[in-house]
Amino acid sequence: MALLLQYTLIYASVLFLVALGGCFSEHSGVINLGLEGVMVMGALGGALVMKYMAALSAAPMIICVILGSVVFGVIYSLLLAVAAINFKADQTLVGTAMNLLGTAAATVFVKAINMAEDPNNVSSTIQYINQKKAFSLVKIGGFEISWFMVLAVVILIASNILLYRTRFGLRLMACGEHPQAADSVGINVYKMRYAGVLISGVLGGLGGIVYITAGVSEWKFENGVAGFGFLALAVMIFGQWKPNLIGLAALLFGLFRALSNVYTGFDVLVALHLPSTIYNMLPYIISLIVLAIFSKNSRAPKAEGIPYDKSQR
Amino acid sequence: MNTAKEKKSLLTNDGVQTLLASIVCIVLGLLVGYIVLLFINPAGAGKAITSILKNFLYFPRPAIALEYFGSTLAKSAPLLMCTLSVLFAYKVGLFNIGASGQYAVGAGLSLYLAIGYHMPWYVCMIAAMIGGGILGGIAGFLKAYLNVNEVIACIMLNWISLYGVNMLLTNVKESSTTYTLALRTNNPKALIPSLGLNHLFSDNRYVTIAIPLAVVFAILVWVVLEKTKLGYELKATGLSINAAKYAGMKEKKNMILTMVIAGCLAGLGASFLYLSGIEQWSCSQTAVPAMGFNGIAAAFLGGLHPIGSVFASFFIQHITSGGAYVDKMVYCSQISDLISSIIIYFCSFVLFFKYCMNRHLNKKAERLTKKGGE
Repeated sequence: MALLLQYTLIYASVLFLVALGGCFSEHSGVINLGLEGVMVMGALGGALVMKYMAALSAAPMIICVILGSVVFGVIYSLLLAVAAINFKADQTLVGTAMNLLGTAAATVFVKAINMAEDPNNVSSTIQYINQKKAFSLVKIGGFEISWFMVLAVVILIASNILLYRTRFGLRLMACGEHPQAADSVGINVYKMRYAGVLISGVLGGLGGIVYITAGVSEWKFENGVAGFGFLALAVMIFGQWKPNLIGLAALLFGLFRALSNVYTGFDVLVALHLPSTIYNMLPYIISLIVLAIFSKNSRAPKAEGIPYDKSQR
Repeated sequence: MNTAKEKKSLLTNDGVQTLLASIVCIVLGLLVGYIVLLFINPAGAGKAITSILKNFLYFPRPAIALEYFGSTLAKSAPLLMCTLSVLFAYKVGLFNIGASGQYAVGAGLSLYLAIGYHMPWYVCMIAAMIGGGILGGIAGFLKAYLNVNEVIACIMLNWISLYGVNMLLTNVKESSTTYTLALRTNNPKALIPSLGLNHLFSDNRYVTIAIPLAVVFAILVWVVLEKTKLGYELKATGLSINAAKYAGMKEKKNMILTMVIAGCLAGLGASFLYLSGIEQWSCSQTAVPAMGFNGIAAAFLGGLHPIGSVFASFFIQHITSGGAYVDKMVYCSQISDLISSIIIYFCSFVLFFKYCMNRHLNKKAERLTKKGGE
């Protein structure tokens, strides 16, 4: 039970961070379908820090890993920002390209590193068994609270303030609702959209590193992040683009994702004799059902997905 | 741009512009890929790019090269079907990222019927088509009636169908490996007939009628989209859903129908690959088949034209297969995935590129002194 709670919380943190990233980007008016790719890149950044700075002690390790993943996430999200904001490209297509590119680039990169170290090692795996221990905050019996969960809570509070209580947040949301009106009162829509996409890069990258350190101590980059970026988008829609609701939605989805890791610990579930694949499918099925129920009345930012053209004001 | 020197009448042609834009995408994709290779290991970069581009020409003997050309073609056929699937949906304003899932379901049903029930090839093919169509239809229904973003719905369906197919095909897999039983030994009548086509390619037994069939489908898609009332209605729905509704078209039905057709195409594509016996399905696969995503690349690279996609599909498969020939001691074969994903990324700039070209041409025509460009 403790294990289920722990996994639920950690997966919920991942989904929350990434969904919040999507939320910031969409509030500014850009659909970020490339979050999956951003996650892979963020994960790569963090994993590289863990690999090459293995000697760091706990506190600097946490900071450096977070910085590494955030930097990678932000740089990678620039690909979307430039294409969608400056070049008015099709955001769906750019996002898709970023997802494919993220996994392919990470695989090529990690394989190149592994092969340079040992010509016979053609795997795309990075290990971080010892480094990972730095992220554990307290352990109570079998239950372990990680620093990332704390971070997620802090970000939840911060994002509420940022989005609803500051000039920046309100302006950001204006750009996603009616960019022409925002522009007419002197808000630079392009800058705001850049800010939205780059924040999604920060949070997406962070989500990536939390995901690959949740429960495992090595990551095979060939697998990407198994659709987690898209689950996060489902969480965002379920959460109606509001940070608090996104947090609750993330807990629900986190629970279903956690079940596939720990269902063997529950006699009731084992007695059902379901194949383990069913539990793997569960988060996706649930999200499809949730989407079907909640999309009808969704309150998406009105101008999302439409490139802003100053001349059409 | 050196293009400005050419004749204006040629450049204003949409087809020529598309072709130019696609070539620019390919060149940029290869260039960035080359830079990445230089970054990893400067010594073999040039050689690696040439072996990716050469693919089957890697073999000096013409007979063997021809045989491998046949294999590339055999894999291009399913890719072409996925490309058509993406293209068809895109023409109707839907982004079918679910081609991979529809493809997986097609593979699952055709292999299960072929091995489990010893069905002949055409039955398996039709089953694959229906399976893919149903999956596409689910996404279409969710979009039309419940306002679910089709991209997210399709991704969820991709993973659900991948796990589902793995579960289904575990029943017909080899006992010692994770692969499904070979068709050639277990049910030869499920193999798509070759009708002598294999003799053209040094007796490559994977060359089947699936290849010309895929091209026929490309032409069929073109005819449906451009020459029929159905195609007109579907495209109208894609351009403006409210206008279509106002004009008396059943916009919801059209959306679902589009996704069903797109799903059928992708599902059929899977049967083209797996019923030729060239590959077996691995039941422990943890990634959604890449074919559907490559289909997105090829659809945009082909300028969203069915005939263009024939060539684009071949090109994408060509470099994907070519990835197998890079020096494994220096680089990994995913280099070609990297290049094709970079090409997709640049494809999103195609509209902008065309816009610049048109603006440049227009300005020139109007004899304005101001220079075009960014």
